Amino acid sequence: MKTLRFVPVALVGLIVVALVWRLANPPDTDVQSAMVGKPVPAFATPAALPGKVSLSSADLADGRPKLVNFFASWCVPCVGEAPVLTMLKQQGVHIVGMAVRDRPEDLRQFLSDNGDPFDRIGSDPESRVQLAFGSAGVPETFIVDGRGIIVRQHIGPIVADDVPALVRAVKEAQ
Amino acid sequence: MKALLIILALMMASPALADSNLPPAYWANRQLPDPRQEEQAKALMEEIRCLVCQGESIADSDADLAGDMRDMVRRRIAAGEKPPAIRSWLIQRYGAWITFMPPSEPATWPLWLAPLALLLGGALVARARLKTRKRK
Repeated sequence: MKTLRFVPVALVGLIVVALVWRLANPPDTDVQSAMVGKPVPAFATPAALPGKVSLSSADLADGRPKLVNFFASWCVPCVGEAPVLTMLKQQGVHIVGMAVRDRPEDLRQFLSDNGDPFDRIGSDPESRVQLAFGSAGVPETFIVDGRGIIVRQHIGPIVADDVPALVRAVKEAQ
Repeated sequence: MKALLIILALMMASPALADSNLPPAYWANRQLPDPRQEEQAKALMEEIRCLVCQGESIADSDADLAGDMRDMVRRRIAAGEKPPAIRSWLIQRYGAWITFMPPSEPATWPLWLAPLALLLGGALVARARLKTRKRK
């Protein structure tokens, strides 16, 4: 019976240890899409800008693997990501964009400031396509293979160090 | 003087540009005309986790994306879709994490059993204590 006395103290100690551990190892707040491995959800969006080509799910199953980049002119990390997307395009990667909650005038300015590596740009003013992909923010990028299957999700901005792995992954997604 | 400087500095600071310039989606902050449908939508929105402010439900969150999710929920309910169908559509995309009502599956059994176990443990401790008190 006497040994049982220490049980509450031990429990409190355990809770303190758990709390300290959690403080030292903050949880990963990235939201992984459960759509990886599945076909892209059906969608059709108008072109985000006059003169750009629109984007629909059928365009993602045209035999060529692609990056589908969810971005926005109001998204600060997207500015940093833009030159890296241009690098990817120069290495032969097809990139299509989905402008999330964006206005044409802002988007036009963004593209003229930061370059336009996109073959197509769809407009997603109510985040519906983003939600259908299981994406939780901008920027986020999905690799879609030639048959229109989502094979990989990249959360957050693509940085220069990610380029070789992404180029390889796109080649493998044939 | 110092306070004045701080106020001036605050007035000059521009807010971080991390939100869309588009106004909220139509049904983000508008109730459905049919009160029964609005009630269904409200109940569902209160149990769906916001993807941005992850401790809040989409009913409570001010994030743009939460507004878009409320818009989606109300639109679908107005179109006659049932809340369980919308919930499972979201779970298909984000996993069971998206709902604050975790489904009962082996991984969540400890969660449901923990209150019972704690109550039982407490009852045992209380019984032992009361027994020793009586003996005195």
